[in-house]
Amino acid sequence: MTESSAPTSVVIEFELNGRRVETLAPVRLTAAELLRDRLGLIGTKVSCGIQVCGACTVLVGGEPASSCCLLAVDLDGTEVVTVEGLTRGRELHPVQEAFAAANALQCGYCTPGFVMMTVALLSANPQPDRDAVREWLDGNLCRCTGYAPIETAVMLAAERTAP
Amino acid sequence: MTRRDAWDKVTGRARYASDATAANMACAAVVRADRAHARIVAVDAAEARRAPGVIGVITADDLGDLGRRFGHIVCDHPILAEGKVRYYGEPVAAVVAETHHEAADAADLVWVDYEDLPALTTAAEALAAETLIHEESYAGPERGFLGVKPEAAADNAAHRAELGWGDVDAALAAAAEVVETSARFPLVYGYAMETYNALADWQPGGLHVVSTAQHPLMVRKELARIFSLPLAAVRVEVPYIGGGYGSKSYTKLEPLAAAAAWAVGRPVRVDTDVEGAMHTTRADGAQVTVRTGFDSEGRITGRDIDIVFDTGAYADNSPLVLTKSVNRSFGPYRVPNLRVRGVAVYTNTTPASSYRGFGAPQGALAGELNMDVAAERLGIDPTELRRRNLLPPGGTIISGKRGLDADLAADLDAVAAELERHALPDEPGVRRGRAVAVTASDAGASPISTAQVRMHADGSVTLLTGSTEMGQGSRTALAEIAARELGVPASAVAVGQSDTLYTPFEWTTGASRTTTVVGLAVEAACEDLWRRLRAMAAESAGIGPEEATSRGGSIQAAGADLEPAAVIREWFGADAGEAVGIGVVRGHGETALLPPFWEIGAVGVEVAVDEITGEVAVEHLVTVGDVGRAIEPDLVKGQDLGAATQGLGIALWEEMVYEGEQLTNPNLIEYRVPRFRDAPRRITSLLAERGDGAGPYGAKGAGEGALNPVPAAVAAAVGRAVGVWPTELPLTPARVWALLKSASEAEARAQVATEVQTMPIQAAGGAVPSTVLERPAERTPGPRTARGRPG
Repeated sequence: MTESSAPTSVVIEFELNGRRVETLAPVRLTAAELLRDRLGLIGTKVSCGIQVCGACTVLVGGEPASSCCLLAVDLDGTEVVTVEGLTRGRELHPVQEAFAAANALQCGYCTPGFVMMTVALLSANPQPDRDAVREWLDGNLCRCTGYAPIETAVMLAAERTAP
Repeated sequence: MTRRDAWDKVTGRARYASDATAANMACAAVVRADRAHARIVAVDAAEARRAPGVIGVITADDLGDLGRRFGHIVCDHPILAEGKVRYYGEPVAAVVAETHHEAADAADLVWVDYEDLPALTTAAEALAAETLIHEESYAGPERGFLGVKPEAAADNAAHRAELGWGDVDAALAAAAEVVETSARFPLVYGYAMETYNALADWQPGGLHVVSTAQHPLMVRKELARIFSLPLAAVRVEVPYIGGGYGSKSYTKLEPLAAAAAWAVGRPVRVDTDVEGAMHTTRADGAQVTVRTGFDSEGRITGRDIDIVFDTGAYADNSPLVLTKSVNRSFGPYRVPNLRVRGVAVYTNTTPASSYRGFGAPQGALAGELNMDVAAERLGIDPTELRRRNLLPPGGTIISGKRGLDADLAADLDAVAAELERHALPDEPGVRRGRAVAVTASDAGASPISTAQVRMHADGSVTLLTGSTEMGQGSRTALAEIAARELGVPASAVAVGQSDTLYTPFEWTTGASRTTTVVGLAVEAACEDLWRRLRAMAAESAGIGPEEATSRGGSIQAAGADLEPAAVIREWFGADAGEAVGIGVVRGHGETALLPPFWEIGAVGVEVAVDEITGEVAVEHLVTVGDVGRAIEPDLVKGQDLGAATQGLGIALWEEMVYEGEQLTNPNLIEYRVPRFRDAPRRITSLLAERGDGAGPYGAKGAGEGALNPVPAAVAAAVGRAVGVWPTELPLTPARVWALLKSASEAEARAQVATEVQTMPIQAAGGAVPSTVLERPAERTPGPRTARGRPG
């Protein structure tokens, strides 16, 4: 049995969906593993594991990040929003509403990632044109829909949240 | 219409197998073979067993008296490799540990000694080789339902299938024109975003598995056999599935998870990453050659088709895929003389099995491309050539099967009209091509289905079926059918997930069966529920059971008009109880004639080829959902676009690449699937609702149809654009650039040939491939020969 002398876990503190979290995170744990396996937030999905598919997208400090390729310890001191943090009580976020209304999902495995990336897009560019939507969402894969319904959903969300 | 799973899925609450956990759960990591074909000399797991967190290491030697193999057709697939490994990535051992990190770390400490055998990584090599990938015969009690391969293996064929009639040789000899096309369909991976995973919990006398299985009842059957348990003692639970597309058909990781759980006595999860998933299942690659004879009017006189599947290391569902490919390869045309010969070949690569389209895209690639080559050769418009040969509604594609329940000429005309209407103008540096393609698949939707509707004391309904929801929207559509049949709003119908402990029997969730076959079972269950309600009302009213009637959503008994809920409450004598209806579909009556429907694909594409880079962009995609009746039109269009997009992936980007023994691109950077910016700029999604299906309200299946002809249509459109018919997919920029180059060289030779006034093109030293398009004279100017070359 081999044992390393380096610390294998670190106490981290961050804000998750508006509430403070303090936890002991093994240094090798990814942010996605922390969220899913330790904190029970299963809405964040992992698929490609190498930052290609976007299914694990969360917001860290308001910016989209692939939680499968981010270490949990790097969340220390940040503000994190996951798909679970968008809903206000019984009310869906306008982006969630638009995805439901436009049938922008089938199996749904990519949906949380798309929703989070769309929230990031609309916060950076509240009135994107279709090219901007395609550019922003090109890092999110969907295997079911053929993307067009997602484009419709994003445009619908932009329209509904127009300032 | 909002899908009933929309709330769950946009909020992140939807539960998938990948989210399932159990108390005291352990995690398994799979030790995979690092060579394609080798005898296992020794497995040394001592170091792994000592590693932190490790609970146990399991090899084939540790399986005790469990069944050691699975495979519903040929029982050839070991749970863990025994004696030898047959492909790079094959599971050799499972390391079970407290966490998946510990399991994965320890998996690297399992040492396997191998003695290499010749690696046969292509079908051609494997067919020619004397080395057998499977020396054993798998005949015997474990033989699967096609009962194939009863004799000892003589070669590396996993299965052969043939179909034919008439005298093909005579027909081709007498034909005015014989056109031959050979095309290679790549090895593709379904990439469902939720990769294969399973959680198993064993206890004496029972097994509980949560997994990504599309067909939980098929998995239950194999697990029951492996563990010598009654069917009822094996519970397979399938929550939402993160994408299936056929790639999650039949048994995958469930036996491994269950065996590990049995071995260590704790619940065990097995997960795969994308690499592990690509080492689990892929679709059959194929080399298909089609020779078609035509008379001078362009009518088909005969077709001779040769199909060779690269089926990988284990048969899985490929024998059935091959059989279907044979049936689907010659198209919905009048073919007076036919010969199709198919062979599925074992190779030392990832095992192939079902994938959306199920043999149809493989056959259609060569079969439909052949129609375009023929159209060019015969000087007939390709849509017109197809129209001359298409079978009419009711026509016989295969004798003894259901007649064609679709109007394909009308579908194709609609596609061609849309393509023409939006045809883009010429643009410097861009070559444009348009093409249509059509397919009809004998849906493998075996009519074995049961459904249960339970009406509660307030008139609301719980619908139970064993059909799995993997994004196709089955719960939404089936609830809609139950609501219509029972006269209640869809919001009053709850639909449960598939769970073999509670939900009734369902053959599979595949072959686009659900709306048609399960829909009929739901209809029958509703009818049974009405019968039950009439009997209850009659009994309460003290009249004979035949004296009560049901009309307009209510029950009439002894002069009273009663709501169903009132009948239930009255019969139970309380505000309680429920009435249950059971519906069954089997090969009997309406559904005796197979297939239950022909699944139609009719598509068109316009592509733009960049002359400098060889990149292909899809400018316009046209699909027709010929579904008889669209119960949920948005869902049908969603299926069509999704299926067509997967077809575009096969046509343009997707290919598992083997170099030597090893899969070289087991990740989503190097295995490229369609991305957002690849979506066609224009999408025309048409629906054909002619009420010509055997399903509820005249419905037929959707889900595969729009994929099947797409690879062929793209190949033909690119061929037309560049001037050379492609012979393999995907049409990556490098391949298209090579096509452009060979076209320009051929044109240069043609130019020389014309200038010296010698012989026709085909005779120019035999150097010009017969697949070169004969362009109209005004489109073959000299300067074209320089195009497509860099600098």
